[in-house]
Amino acid sequence: MSEFFAGWPLLSIVTFLPAAGALWVLAARAMLRGDNAGFDQGVRVITLIVTIATFVVSLIAFAAFDPNAVGYQLVENVPWAFGASYAMGVDSLSMALVVLTTFLTPLCILASWTIEKQVASYMVLFLLLETLMIGVFCAQDIILFYVFFEAGLIPMFILIGVWGGARRVYAAFKFFLYTLLGSILMLVAIVAMISISGTSNIDELTRYAATTGFDPSLQIWLWLAFFASFAVKMPMWPVHTWLPDAHVEAPTAGSVVLAAILLKMGGYGFLRFSLPMFPDASHFFTPFVFGLSVIAIVWASLVAFRQLDMKKLIAYSSVAHMGFVTMGIFAGNAQGIQGAIFQMISHGVISGALFLCVGVVYDRTHTREIAFYGGLVNRMPVYAAIFLLFTMGNVGLPGTSGFPGEILTMVGVFQVNAWVAAGAALGVIFSAAYALTLYRKVALGNIENPKLDGITDIDAREWVIFIPLIIATLVMGFAPSYVLDFTNSSAEAIAAAFAGAAP
Amino acid sequence: MQFSPEVLIVLGPLLAAAIAGLLQRYIGDKVAMALTTGSVGLSLLLSWPIFIDFVWGEGHERVIELFRFIDVAGFTSTWSVRIDTLSAIMLVVVNTVSFLVHVYSIGYMAEDPHRARFFSYLSFFTFSMLALVTANDFLQLFFGWEGVGVASYLLIGFWYQKRSANDASIKAFVTNRVGDFGFALGIMAAFFCYGSIQYDVVFEAAAAAPDMMLGVGEVQFRAIEVVTFLLFIGAMGKSAQFFLHVWLPDAMEGPTPISALIHAATMVTAGVFMVARCGELFEMAPLTSGFVTIIGAVTAFFAATVGLAQNDIKRVIAYSTCSQLGYMFFAAGVGAYNAAMFHLFTHAFFKALLFLGAGSVIHGLHHEQDMRYMGGVRKPMMITWAMMTIGTLALIGFGIPGIGGFAGFYSKDAIIEAAYGSHGIGAQFAFWCGISAALMTSFYSWRLAFMTFEGKYRGNPDAHHDDHGHAHDDHGHGHHEKPADGSAPAHESPWVMLAPLFVLAAGAIAAGFVFAPYFLGHHAEEFWDHVIPFHVGHHDFPTWVLWAPLIVTVTGFLLAIIFYLWKPSASKAMAKGPLHAFLYNKWYVDEIYDFIFVKGARAIGDIFWKWGDQKTIDGLGPDGVAATSRFFSRNLRRLQTGFVYHYSFLMLIAAVAFGAYAIFAGIGGAP
Repeated sequence: MSEFFAGWPLLSIVTFLPAAGALWVLAARAMLRGDNAGFDQGVRVITLIVTIATFVVSLIAFAAFDPNAVGYQLVENVPWAFGASYAMGVDSLSMALVVLTTFLTPLCILASWTIEKQVASYMVLFLLLETLMIGVFCAQDIILFYVFFEAGLIPMFILIGVWGGARRVYAAFKFFLYTLLGSILMLVAIVAMISISGTSNIDELTRYAATTGFDPSLQIWLWLAFFASFAVKMPMWPVHTWLPDAHVEAPTAGSVVLAAILLKMGGYGFLRFSLPMFPDASHFFTPFVFGLSVIAIVWASLVAFRQLDMKKLIAYSSVAHMGFVTMGIFAGNAQGIQGAIFQMISHGVISGALFLCVGVVYDRTHTREIAFYGGLVNRMPVYAAIFLLFTMGNVGLPGTSGFPGEILTMVGVFQVNAWVAAGAALGVIFSAAYALTLYRKVALGNIENPKLDGITDIDAREWVIFIPLIIATLVMGFAPSYVLDFTNSSAEAIAAAFAGAAP
Repeated sequence: MQFSPEVLIVLGPLLAAAIAGLLQRYIGDKVAMALTTGSVGLSLLLSWPIFIDFVWGEGHERVIELFRFIDVAGFTSTWSVRIDTLSAIMLVVVNTVSFLVHVYSIGYMAEDPHRARFFSYLSFFTFSMLALVTANDFLQLFFGWEGVGVASYLLIGFWYQKRSANDASIKAFVTNRVGDFGFALGIMAAFFCYGSIQYDVVFEAAAAAPDMMLGVGEVQFRAIEVVTFLLFIGAMGKSAQFFLHVWLPDAMEGPTPISALIHAATMVTAGVFMVARCGELFEMAPLTSGFVTIIGAVTAFFAATVGLAQNDIKRVIAYSTCSQLGYMFFAAGVGAYNAAMFHLFTHAFFKALLFLGAGSVIHGLHHEQDMRYMGGVRKPMMITWAMMTIGTLALIGFGIPGIGGFAGFYSKDAIIEAAYGSHGIGAQFAFWCGISAALMTSFYSWRLAFMTFEGKYRGNPDAHHDDHGHAHDDHGHGHHEKPADGSAPAHESPWVMLAPLFVLAAGAIAAGFVFAPYFLGHHAEEFWDHVIPFHVGHHDFPTWVLWAPLIVTVTGFLLAIIFYLWKPSASKAMAKGPLHAFLYNKWYVDEIYDFIFVKGARAIGDIFWKWGDQKTIDGLGPDGVAATSRFFSRNLRRLQTGFVYHYSFLMLIAAVAFGAYAIFAGIGGAP
């Protein structure tokens, strides 16, 4: 297979196939001028086909990728304007995140089947969003990365602002302002890096950092500038408050993408830039990141415990889980980084699935208020079982994909600072409390609310959405080695770059 | 990847659970029950020969490796089935009790509409427990550890309409998580100190570096003490030891067969198993061992006192379980790991017997659990009475030194003697706790027997209370005629429920004298074969130490006769006193925890949320921009008119242009 596709710009195809799909939808719309239901259905089907095709191409790229080789693969490089270039390439970390993205997007499209308002625009935005997300992980040029990274904001912003809930405008702007603020600082840092090193290629920048190295005092500033952007994306405490609002107001599929992929860009950024390019500064700031991570875990878990809105609760739980990721990354050793990568992928699946679970009942009742529900298991036994599985995944139960990431990040951190690991382990207790309490309030007991009397169990479309997620959760739970072995080469390289600068 | 009977023992129940759980709609209840019961039966048949081989045969240790679980830079765990003396014991305990409980449940749950789900959970639990005991490293142990926890959660909350059952299931899970907090840190500490999580490698590394130090804050401790202490925190949670015991009595909300299997015979003993498994580590950690001794002793004493005053038949047995687990721990704490494991072994039989017997009574009395509304049950339920009497005799450890007795006699007396003979921290304290708990054990056991079976029936099924929330089918009995002779309007349970009682009763009688020579006596050194630290005990205890357990046991029996048969008014008068209230309310531990932890967590959560996130962070940050957003919102409406994509492309291009310009300027202006 890899021979056959040798020379194909696989990454560009994966990246821009959704955008081409978006053009297709636009063209169809321009030609047909259709606003009827049949047209909408056609758009949904086209979008689904395009996203599935993208997934297939990403699997081809995955098959062509050699996880044991060191360095970037499937590289494409076309010179561009101002010394920058259109350079694409992946290592095992970005390859894994690309597949995560292409895997989840068709499920998001299926989950968006119930969207009735301006279907074509919605789907166009979603396809563009997919292109931009994949681009972030494939970009080999730091400017290209920046473009994808920032442009991804726009479709998400519009998705929340137009298809969102009651307070969507507030949420959209909160989201936009927070993330934009961080990224302007990052841009300044990028400019500085390019002007110093003379290259905008990420691979070359990494090598520059490993050999010549950025001046340690300058590293501090560069690190902080990148941190401003990534910390908001993660999100880390105390710049996390945009996330619950954005999630609450976003349409279901928007929440899924937000939690599953957009948040991962922060972690990806730390791993791709902060650690290997500014290792001295990363060492310097490790205690700072540890502190924020533990605060995020404990704080967000306790706040999650008090939420009245299902999505808000899951959003806060995401903040807590991302605390494990930042903590693991800055542990800087193999377990910490591998754990962080695994946690990012696993969280993509589990939190995505949890938002889809909320979406299922939201579609039926149009409320996310926890108190509205209760006793769903009586009417929706299959739904209750699925929801339970993902709740357990969220709790980090061994056997689900939630476990390996948590334990590995904690093992990694323990070797650096046992107290941080202990603080994070507190989150393991709290997560059980809030997640199981949510489950009890929503699914268990008797149906007290007469409005739930006629509620129906999940239908065929929803089955199709959940089955891949269930399989992913369990397979990654029982055999995490497959993922861990795959990402090993990247994790080792990053750990080595970080360790090289140990004071 | 290799398959063998040992692998089938572990994976069979998982497969059965998965099929019964996923396909219950298609295969129906009967097939689901047959499948799960059959697969555990098969595991049972396969595991006894392994155990017998260790007792009377060669008993070769082996590890069957399946495939890698996690492997990151030395942090390596492999799915495996480890067979040695210790896991062989656990295999027969788990599979025997589990199989009997499966059979019993066919009768007990006969009218429950969710039987397939129940049996699926039961088999899933069995799988998790088997994975736990056959682990070859700490991570698979942890997997089983959490797996049984989630099975316990599911089964305690099996009757999901009951609020109390749901609350109890969450309480069990969260309290166990507090223990797991320590347990997980223990695994991390072991990896940090010894560079592995494989049992053998860790034990060897620890033995090679017994004086390795580990800083906890400013204070330096011996690493081995820290590791074992943290692991033991996990055991305290799982085995309901004092401080973390609060979940076990509430777990009685689950169906009674569950209480027998999970909350008496198997899961709660996982902590004891773990300490025995890591005996080589605990052996080197005198401080932690002292802590284990004291916690075990306090639990044995505390739970026995609470058991004196409970009225719910299952709660009495639950506190009794808690107390007996305390015995096992202080045995382990003083280094008598073999006695601890032997008590685990015998206790599994007689405590499962007592629970299933209690279940039979509850079943016979149409789901009455309050002993105040029982009485006079002996006559209509002679078989159950006889079986429970055997269980009671085994629990109180009835037997005559030098001659023999019921199963509990051998194991409990060995524990009490080991404590007396030990010079470890807290050993003498444990000895006295053990003696006084034995007195109370006898008293509350006979109290339970007398209140349930003797006297006149005190229930009034038509009039009274419904505070147990009969969420499930009430067997359709509308009214009950009181028999004229004062016995209860009960019915004996069906044979499918009684047969397991016979098997367990046989164990409660015979497990002691048959296996004592191997667990404790002449063949012990050979039997244990260095799997756990084993010390040849000395046999020259003073006569009074040997006879003390029997004396207090008889005293307890006589006291129970006085208070519950001869002068019931005395017990009623006592029930009005403050001491009784203190015991009845379980030393108010639940109330204290509720105030500190539950209400505390809620309050802190509210403070973080409302003051932290909303007032402080948002107030200083984005809400300052709220006015701006209101301004923009007016313009944003235009987005909804169809220009969305134009707008987005425009912004994209603008961003690109801005970026390019900035870089250009940056490079031009660079030094």
